[in-house]
Amino acid sequence: MRVNLTVNGRREAVDGVWEGESLLYVLRERVGLPGAKNACEQGECGSCTVYLDGLPVCACLVAAGQAEGREVRTIEGLAAGGGLDPVQRAFLDRGAVQCGFCTPGLIVQAHDLLARVPDPTDGEIREALAGNLCRCTGYEKIIEAVRLAAARRAGSA
Amino acid sequence: MDFLRPATWEEALAAKARRPDAVPLLGGTDVMVEINLDARRPAALLDLTAVPGLAAWERAVDGRLRVGAGVTYARLIAELGDLLPGLAQAARTVGSPQIRNRGTVAGNLGAASPAGDSHPPLLAGDAVVEAESAARGTRMIPAGDFYLGVKRSALAPDELIRAFWAAPASGPQYFSKVGTRNAMVIAVCSFAIALHPAERRVGTGVGSAAPTPRRAPEAERFLAGELDWTGAAPLDARVAARFGALAARAAAPIDDVRGTADYRRHAIAVMARRTLTWAYDDYRKKAAECA
Ligand SMILES: Cc1cc2nc3c(=O)[nH]c(=O)nc-3n(C[C@H](O)[C@H](O)[C@H](O)COP(=O)(O)OP(=O)(O)OC[C@H]3O[C@@H](n4cnc5c(N)ncnc54)[C@H](O)[C@@H]3O)c2cc1C
Ligand code: FES
Ligand code: FES
Repeated sequence: MRVNLTVNGRREAVDGVWEGESLLYVLRERVGLPGAKNACEQGECGSCTVYLDGLPVCACLVAAGQAEGREVRTIEGLAAGGGLDPVQRAFLDRGAVQCGFCTPGLIVQAHDLLARVPDPTDGEIREALAGNLCRCTGYEKIIEAVRLAAARRAGSA
Repeated sequence: MDFLRPATWEEALAAKARRPDAVPLLGGTDVMVEINLDARRPAALLDLTAVPGLAAWERAVDGRLRVGAGVTYARLIAELGDLLPGLAQAARTVGSPQIRNRGTVAGNLGAASPAGDSHPPLLAGDAVVEAESAARGTRMIPAGDFYLGVKRSALAPDELIRAFWAAPASGPQYFSKVGTRNAMVIAVCSFAIALHPAERRVGTGVGSAAPTPRRAPEAERFLAGELDWTGAAPLDARVAARFGALAARAAAPIDDVRGTADYRRHAIAVMARRTLTWAYDDYRKKAAECA
């Protein structure tokens, strides 16, 4: 089947989509955006997190056909005009990235948190990131990065 | 596989009548896991997310809330947290923010897993499932009659869940869940309580401790009779303990990878006692404010 959707502001008409296919597969294998990662395909790791109509979701659990006519924003769409998004910058500056596999999902999720809660408590950060697994960093650096992004946003760092 | 995407509710009902083998799809957080892992290969998917109005809730003329099948956990928490606090607490324990942005109570009902977190509060709050078919129209199924067995419900093959109905909380409601960590876990077991002061009635729901979610009727009757509904005296520890024991007696748990039957029975008793304590403390505070 054909699925029409907007990805990072660009209209895409994707042909040959299997009816049981996930949005994640469409993004990675058909639209050519490998930023969202595929690990578990069961909603457990969060590495496939993308915005769907402005809400972070596991792209592996959205049927491609459900994205018909909808708007998707991936990690590739966060860096506006070539510059990094402040959350991306903070992850780099704090060394919150090791192998990097979990990073796109974590950044999208953290990006959403900061859009809703500009000055989150540690509890709020932990709750927001509870669906994103990282095998490398031990999470502390990730939480520091979110704090840093929040502080910079508020103009205090 | 076919992908059906009805643009109206009538089209959805017609599609389900024509294709009883079509698997309804809301958030997809159960369905897509099965498809991705090749555990299920349905003949057709029936995506309901394009049906207008399905993701809305309203207050009906009788004062009850009618919550559309497409309302996600995230919206339930944000918009109905004060009106349906027990269910909202349960919703907060479901999966992760990403899962809560997609998953729905209707999908939880559709899956009818004994471990589904929305079931105990739906039972405790006397919720009613609005099911509809093209052939027979609307049918109202009380939550207590909805669950028939492990992953089996009263829903007919040509029926769809359109909404659930529940009265806004008239007293304290609490939900408690045992899991191996704070987020992203299926309940080892769970318990919900609702105090209905106007009728001096108690609602309960026991989760993940029997083939279906179920109430603990004996515990409800006992507590309704023993509770000091004037709120004058603190909770009698013996009443709380007895309530816990009766709640545990309603369970018929099994040993499995997540816990033993004995552990589950014990945990139900503890959660029943605790949620009652929280609920009654709130109730007394309110009673004191009004006095
Ligand atoms: C990582 C992860 C964590 C999870 N954690 C929890 C948890 O903590 N607690 C919990 O209870 N669940 C949990 N779940 C399971 C799932 O999120 C819930 O069961 C959710 O409520 C399903 O809702 P949905 O809208 O996504 O349903 P879907 O996947 O769209 O559908 C679920 C079932 O309901 C049927 N259905 C859907 N809509 C209708 C309808 N309108 N009429 C009739 N049938 C319908 C479908 O055919 C399917 O059988 C988790 C899932 C994942 C992937
Ligand atoms: S790949 Fe989607 S959550 Fe793991
Ligand atoms: S950096 Fe390797 S999984 Fe997180």
